[in-house]
Amino acid sequence: MTAPSVAAATSQIQERFGVSPAGERGELSVSLPLERWQEFARFAKESLGCRYFNWLTAVDWKEQGLDVLARLDNLEVQLAVTMRTRLQPGATRCPTLTGVFRGAGWMERECYDMFGVVFEGHPDLRRILLDQDWEGHPLRKDYAVDTPQAPYR
Amino acid sequence: MEVKPPIPQVPPPVWSDFKDLQEWEKYHQTRATNDRTSEALTSIADAIHHMPGGWIVTTSTDKIFNWARKSSIWPVTFGLACCAIEMMATFASRFDVERFGMVPWASPRHSDLMIVSGTVTIKMAPMLKRIYDQMPDPKWVVSMGSCANSGGPFRHGYHVVKGVDRVVPVDVYVPGCPPTPDSLMYGLLRLQEQVAHFLQTGARPTPAEPA
Repeated sequence: MTAPSVAAATSQIQERFGVSPAGERGELSVSLPLERWQEFARFAKESLGCRYFNWLTAVDWKEQGLDVLARLDNLEVQLAVTMRTRLQPGATRCPTLTGVFRGAGWMERECYDMFGVVFEGHPDLRRILLDQDWEGHPLRKDYAVDTPQAPYR
Repeated sequence: MEVKPPIPQVPPPVWSDFKDLQEWEKYHQTRATNDRTSEALTSIADAIHHMPGGWIVTTSTDKIFNWARKSSIWPVTFGLACCAIEMMATFASRFDVERFGMVPWASPRHSDLMIVSGTVTIKMAPMLKRIYDQMPDPKWVVSMGSCANSGGPFRHGYHVVKGVDRVVPVDVYVPGCPPTPDSLMYGLLRLQEQVAHFLQTGARPTPAEPA
């Protein structure tokens, strides 16, 4: 498989997903509907050659819902795709990428830990950094940071 | 006078025996905490003190013990964050606290002092408490730096203990972010002063303000 150039990648994404990627100089940003999340990851891995799963995180837009972002890199050509999807306000469910990238497992656990995004199909969705009995998800905007709670806070 | 047998020290069960942090914490709160010298020793000293002329013995032994204690304070090496770098500098040859008899020791079982150098996270606090519990009595704690004193710049973080005095009793607070080796050394000297006034009854008189 030959890795496509940036222009070719842009046109391929446009053709297949109907969205025009933003960004320049090999840094593409793609907004996707939730149901094409996994499909796009597989497409990026297999057709665009983005085999390096760089990171996955979320952004809390308060009443507008949560954004889930992931960055996939093609290290052979200068190509990086940031894929993002918007969850409905109040919704926390998102399909997992662990079927495509095994390395997504810990990133999704961290995202669950900090933002409470439940990745459906994740094999082992536990907290990764905080204690297992922690209440709440601290990087949410509505998390009350200074609430005094037992035992040490 | 009744001399009580010393309280048997059972090794604390391992962390994984407990359901959660709350259970573990409850166990440690219900455990007998003999933070000061043992009751048997206290009662013996009390009896000697009330014999005719006995106070000479007790006061002078106190002085000798305290002199010995303050001249060989062994801090347990417990570095948590960037303050630990300054702590290492303090222990190194330029500042050289070994001339005060302080040897950084890598075991809590042989140590008298814990220098909490750095941010204490909520996840780290049980381990800190455990190390403190493993140290023999009498023991002292120096809280080094803003983070250990009050949480410092991370006070409003979700995961930071707002001052290590919420976990263990603290004797000397050293301010700074991080404190220079000179500040820490000053704190350690103040601690020595405090140790020199340490009484067998467990009372800790505050040393006089320096002129």
